[in-house]
Amino acid sequence: MKTFLSVLTVVAGIIGIWYLACVPMNIKGVLDAAERAGAVVEPATPKARRDLGAMGLVVNNSFAIADVWSVDRPRLPAPHQVAIELWETTVEKKITSKRSLIYHGQVTLSATLLGFAIGTGLGILLAVGIVHSKVMDMSVMPWAIVSQTIPIIALAPMIIVVLYSIGVQGLLPKAIIAAYLSFFPVVVGMVKGLRSPDHMQVDLLKTYSANTAQGFWKLRLPSSMPYLFASLKIGIAASLVGAIVGELPTGAVAGFGARLLAGSYYGQTVQIWSALFAAAILAALLVALLGLVERFLLRRMGVTT
Amino acid sequence: MLSQSEIEGFMEEATVVPQPVIKAQDLNLVFGSGDNAVHALKNVNLTINKGDFVSFIGPSGCGKTTFLRCIAALEQPTGGTLSVNGMTPDEARQARAYGYVFQHAGLYPWRTIAKNIKLPLEIMGYDKAEQERRVAEVLKLVELEQFGQKFPWQLSGGMQQRASIARALAFDADILLMDEPFGALDEIVRDHLNEQLLQLWARTDKTIGFVTHSIPEAVYLSTKIVVMSPRPGRIHEIIDSPLPKERPLDIRDSAEFIEIAHRVREGLRAGHAHD
Repeated sequence: MKTFLSVLTVVAGIIGIWYLACVPMNIKGVLDAAERAGAVVEPATPKARRDLGAMGLVVNNSFAIADVWSVDRPRLPAPHQVAIELWETTVEKKITSKRSLIYHGQVTLSATLLGFAIGTGLGILLAVGIVHSKVMDMSVMPWAIVSQTIPIIALAPMIIVVLYSIGVQGLLPKAIIAAYLSFFPVVVGMVKGLRSPDHMQVDLLKTYSANTAQGFWKLRLPSSMPYLFASLKIGIAASLVGAIVGELPTGAVAGFGARLLAGSYYGQTVQIWSALFAAAILAALLVALLGLVERFLLRRMGVTT
Repeated sequence: MLSQSEIEGFMEEATVVPQPVIKAQDLNLVFGSGDNAVHALKNVNLTINKGDFVSFIGPSGCGKTTFLRCIAALEQPTGGTLSVNGMTPDEARQARAYGYVFQHAGLYPWRTIAKNIKLPLEIMGYDKAEQERRVAEVLKLVELEQFGQKFPWQLSGGMQQRASIARALAFDADILLMDEPFGALDEIVRDHLNEQLLQLWARTDKTIGFVTHSIPEAVYLSTKIVVMSPRPGRIHEIIDSPLPKERPLDIRDSAEFIEIAHRVREGLRAGHAHD
């Protein structure tokens, strides 16, 4: 209850700041519209208003403040506008509609999940190799780190173009970009996790003359589970970002990325914001789902949380 | 010509001829090289016979744990010979010659007690029914029958250590190597476990190598006490205990016990004097 209250307080604070920020952000647009409608605004010309700055406009035209939260194409949409848009495009629209966020979400989600699966699989394989082979440790790890220093926004179009030239398009290129972002935390976490057994636990297996495979399945893998799940949670969020970024350069017609892009073409800020929130909610749901799996698994492994 | 009684005397002696199980000759172990070389073991000569309970006692850095690890083939000696059951330590390990108990119980937290004890059995490829049978047997031996399905964190430190002893006993090796197994436990629990260990030793007739810091523990448990001294790690003195195999806890108040403890203490002090 206490945590719930504190979370609620923070959320209320953020929404409050958001509503306040709408005033200076949207005042100019409101005044331009008011002038066109014949109202007297101060100062009278658009040029003079541009020079005055947002705060000056608010002070001079306090009558217009009430309208800043209901602009059609605001610079900054008010929270309730985003909420209404979210509601209309998820619950009220049919899922098959091109305007339904559920439809777009499911497009992005499938790329996210495929990318996450590829990234996690690859990450675990690389980690197993790194832990068991000195050569891989020295050769793969630096590249894995370097790979993450390249901005994905620069790399994504190249991946898509290259894959298109060999005839691969649709879901897979997006999934590969998602995998590119999600494999790294898995590699780092799994390497750490697989190396987490202490000397004594390793020596114990040695006294049984256990082979490497037995050491892996009976000691290293179970020890790495908490590390793996921490990585998976980062990985799936990164995967979602990757899938959205992968939708941007193609001019994709579906997916959160496409929704963001279309919104920015037509100045539909409400649409952009609601797509952003939908993506954030989806990410939160995915992370929460992983959290549930983690709790179930760790409980079966005798760990109480 | 020998008289009948003399022959009988020989025969009797022959039956008690000790069988050496672990034999170290001029054993040396140097870690590192050059200026950084650490002489962990220097010219160690020791024979442990079948059924012996041998304690290794000495200050930190005297090589007692290192010697135990050499027997277990967890360390490779750099000189001399060491045989376990007539084999090299490596071969002996392959042949499952020993069970090893570490200072900390080191149970896998994600396995129940029974499954922890099953771990060596799974690795060694025992079939399921045999695993179950042996787990039940050793759990009874360490008096943990009720706790097989519990997870390690649900048990006290002493019970965890008993479980780890059960794990070392599960595959029925003739030799039990114990590296300060009760070092982290409080005095009362330690007394109790010492008593239980002696009973277990008497029942199973195993050969036990036991590393400890505690003089009373060494004297109470052992048939042979190896006093070691550091820098370089070496054997200072080997004391054979005249105490009977049957040892109630209050034997520790007897004059004999105090006499041996005194000798061990003197040995430790003399070993230190070389520094």
